[in-house]
Amino acid sequence: MQLMGFWIPILSIVTYVPLAGALAIVFLFGKERTAAIKAFATAVVLVGFLVSLPLWFLFERGRDGYQFVEKAAWIPSLGVDYQFGIDGISLVLILLTTLMGIIAVACSYTAILERQKEYYVLLLLLQTFMIGTFCSLDLFLFYVFWEVMLVPMYFLIGVWGSDRRLYAAIKFFLYTLAGSVLMLLGIIALYFYNTTGFLGYKGLGQPSTFSIEKLTAVAASMPVELQIWLFFAFFFSFAIKVPMFPFHTWLPDAHTEAPTAGSVILAAVLLKMGTYGFVRFSLPMFPDAITTEWVLTVMVALSIIGIVYGAMVTLVQKDMKRLIAYSSVSHLGFVMLGVFALNMAGLQGGILQMVNHGISTGALFLLVGMIYERRHTRMISEYGGIARQMPIYATYFLIMALSSMGLPLLNGFIGEFTILQGAFARSFWWAFFAATGIVLGAAYLLWLYQRVFFGEITNPANANLPDLTFREQATLVPLVLLALWIGLYPKPMFDVLRLPSEKIVAAVGGRTMTQPALARQPPASESGGAPAGASARP
Amino acid sequence: MRVSATDWLLLSPELFLTASGLLILSIAAFFEKAKEEFLAFLTILATAITIGLVTFISGYHGHSAPILAGMFIVDNFAIFFKLLMLVSIILTALASVRFVGSAPYPGGEYYALLLFTGVGMLFMVSGNNLISIYVALELMALSSYILAGYFKGEIKSTEAALKYFVLGAFSSGVLLYGLSLVYGVTGQMGLPELAKLFATAQKSNLLLVGILLILAGLLFKIAAVPFHVWTPDVYEGSPTPVTAFFSVGPKLAAYAILARIFYVGFPSFHADWGLIVALVAAATMVFGNVAALLQSNVKRMLAYSSIAHAGYALLGVIGFQTEFGLWGILIYLLAYTFMNFGVFALVVFLETKGYAAESVSDFNGLARRNMTAAVVMVVFLLSLAGIPPTAGFIGKYYLFTAVMKAGYAWLAVLAVLMSAVSIFYYFRIAAAMFFAEGEGAPLRSSYALTAAVLICAVATVLVGVAPQPFVEMLRACVIQTP
Repeated sequence: MQLMGFWIPILSIVTYVPLAGALAIVFLFGKERTAAIKAFATAVVLVGFLVSLPLWFLFERGRDGYQFVEKAAWIPSLGVDYQFGIDGISLVLILLTTLMGIIAVACSYTAILERQKEYYVLLLLLQTFMIGTFCSLDLFLFYVFWEVMLVPMYFLIGVWGSDRRLYAAIKFFLYTLAGSVLMLLGIIALYFYNTTGFLGYKGLGQPSTFSIEKLTAVAASMPVELQIWLFFAFFFSFAIKVPMFPFHTWLPDAHTEAPTAGSVILAAVLLKMGTYGFVRFSLPMFPDAITTEWVLTVMVALSIIGIVYGAMVTLVQKDMKRLIAYSSVSHLGFVMLGVFALNMAGLQGGILQMVNHGISTGALFLLVGMIYERRHTRMISEYGGIARQMPIYATYFLIMALSSMGLPLLNGFIGEFTILQGAFARSFWWAFFAATGIVLGAAYLLWLYQRVFFGEITNPANANLPDLTFREQATLVPLVLLALWIGLYPKPMFDVLRLPSEKIVAAVGGRTMTQPALARQPPASESGGAPAGASARP
Repeated sequence: MRVSATDWLLLSPELFLTASGLLILSIAAFFEKAKEEFLAFLTILATAITIGLVTFISGYHGHSAPILAGMFIVDNFAIFFKLLMLVSIILTALASVRFVGSAPYPGGEYYALLLFTGVGMLFMVSGNNLISIYVALELMALSSYILAGYFKGEIKSTEAALKYFVLGAFSSGVLLYGLSLVYGVTGQMGLPELAKLFATAQKSNLLLVGILLILAGLLFKIAAVPFHVWTPDVYEGSPTPVTAFFSVGPKLAAYAILARIFYVGFPSFHADWGLIVALVAAATMVFGNVAALLQSNVKRMLAYSSIAHAGYALLGVIGFQTEFGLWGILIYLLAYTFMNFGVFALVVFLETKGYAAESVSDFNGLARRNMTAAVVMVVFLLSLAGIPPTAGFIGKYYLFTAVMKAGYAWLAVLAVLMSAVSIFYYFRIAAAMFFAEGEGAPLRSSYALTAAVLICAVATVLVGVAPQPFVEMLRACVIQTP
């Protein structure tokens, strides 16, 4: 990025501000200075968010390709570069990450009372690794961030989690690691296909590189059977992370046992790594594989099973946190269905729904965490009539539950509607099954709301619960505003996502014509970058 | 045979190390009051000077210099191994201070034996002739048997020494028999001569049997399945600094001669031994990792883990005909030396604090008692499991690349899945350190041990984050075959 004649590596700054903060905490603060550590950690994530904001305003909507690119040689003997750059998809996810970072730190002040120094250090490290994953334009670098991200999360769950934290932490680590190592082989295979060839495939003989842009073109030119192999090598790592049915079993445990901030980050950002992987790698790299009929059928079937099965399991949960965790399985199934619709509406809806899920599910975990701090139980049966005692809390919960179930005027509706539009364009039945998921979603959330908030207070322990504090509300307000903004005026989001989505849809040979109805854009050829960019300012 | 001045110069590291070992032995014999710390200091000093000598001759030898009429050779490959082994001796001496001294056994023989093992290893990696390799190997092995049983009052140490000796002698016998068959068929002992002969000569069954026996003997030394059974007992019973040393030093030497013999000597037989090595590698990775899963004794668990790592290293052997094979092994061994020694050094740390360091639960709550030690341990464990950005990841990356290129995709899949499984047992230690409640005051480590651990930690992180200079350097260390 150029600023006043100086070139500024803004993506690196955004990525490493939390890391620098973490190191500063390690070396400058004694572990008993908890108040100072909290204040400093908050300052770091705030700065992290502020330095990421210019990305939104300076990002050129009409420009094709990656922006804010930084490149330097890292391991030249392998052709590995340190290469950062973003397009519209990574842009929204990076902003989501930096925003969630603030919320994760702010919601931990009173929830985390033990080993606070380690906690904030790990939270900040996690932040750097997540942003780095979204920024990476080099497959090797991406893999490094992708894997190392597991480590702080493992410790966050294991040290500050609840009763079954050991089990949940190692399960999370093992599952996600087992998936990603296969991706490593896929990366090696791509590398050889680009250079000297392997396993009887004649390589292209090009100089070795891990550049995502170059390898995408290389991969798309591979014979279809090799594409299918590599698609599945990547598939496991992404599908486990999403998580798609039947790889979802780590998620309820990890979510439930993690501390609130951990659940928020998991739901809002970490799960998006998987869907991001599908959008960034699986679709554009292996278009012939994904358009192979049986592969697409399997993918769509898994997505739909995820939606319906996830929702049905959610319905019977007794633990609030577990309930919301399972609802993620259903919601992410929606995202995947949109992505695999392979048209503009589906893909943009899917990506938007990634953000929406981050906002609403993140907020719901935050809300559950708040009441858990007061009552130290998450069992639904322990509650009832909370609305009388905590009206402000009940209001926030209602807004976020409605957003999660896709009520018009809120963000969830835009995403789900657009996904359904995309799915419908492909097949009536896809849309039909997905719609059942929406109905079930309304059922489990409203039923949850009814059991927790309505009626008389039956449990005396709930009689004197204090309502939300200013700080707690401050963590929720930005999410509510975002939900309203996307719900009322989604155009800026669609503007950012349109060009990269068009490229991906074109790569898989889908029709770019099925534009999201809610975006109401002029045809792509007429729209310039400048007006779209100007209208993006909220 | 006339020994030229150049030969003397090129042999100077080995000669100096031998002299130093004898000196330390005599000091310990004649000055009974000589403190163990002082002897350790002398050992480190002597090894450091040897490192200087090796570095000096590395500039001298040109491409590759044969010594003593081709019995030995000094090339970049040998230089790399010599430096790494000497570093491992320094690390061992650092980890042994106080540990050996606190036991009722004299320190003199210990450090002298350590140096003699080192002399054997240095000769081994330079060996360019089947006989010189064998003699050097025996020098190393005999010294290390004694080291294993150094705590002779402890029954486990004695048991370790006996097992190591019996099985080691047996494997040496197998190796020697293989060597004699190869000699019998070809009438040659020099590796370059053998390679030249094999390039054109007919293969005979007797020769193949000989090669297989040599392979088996070497697989014994690197503890690959099915020749691994000695490892857990020896690792458990030996004094822990010695275990740490065994897990890197002698293994480095064994890998070096495995590479030297099969890369230089028998490349034309790759088709014959390739699949066998692939099956051995697969069995070793699976068995090592699964057995480690079932262990709760830390030293045995790490023993099985090092068996698993032998399996990974064999992937590079399979990839010998690709550019990544030998290169990958070198990178991997560089990483392995530091990360594996680091883990054992932290076990030594606990033992010096009065723990038996047998069960994982001895690590309970270490994060509260010594945060630096706990964090560094996590770095080593991540590296062993091959999580980026650590040295272990870079090493494994090259090995996986080699085996993919060699066409063994199934083996690559198995290898990555096994390395994912390994996180389960490695992180049992991490979980104990960070999640479990431990009691007691902060633990402080001695300066020497801290130095050893920090050297390992810095190397593990540095090679992981900035691998370029290291991998380029090691590319130059790959043996040049004519």
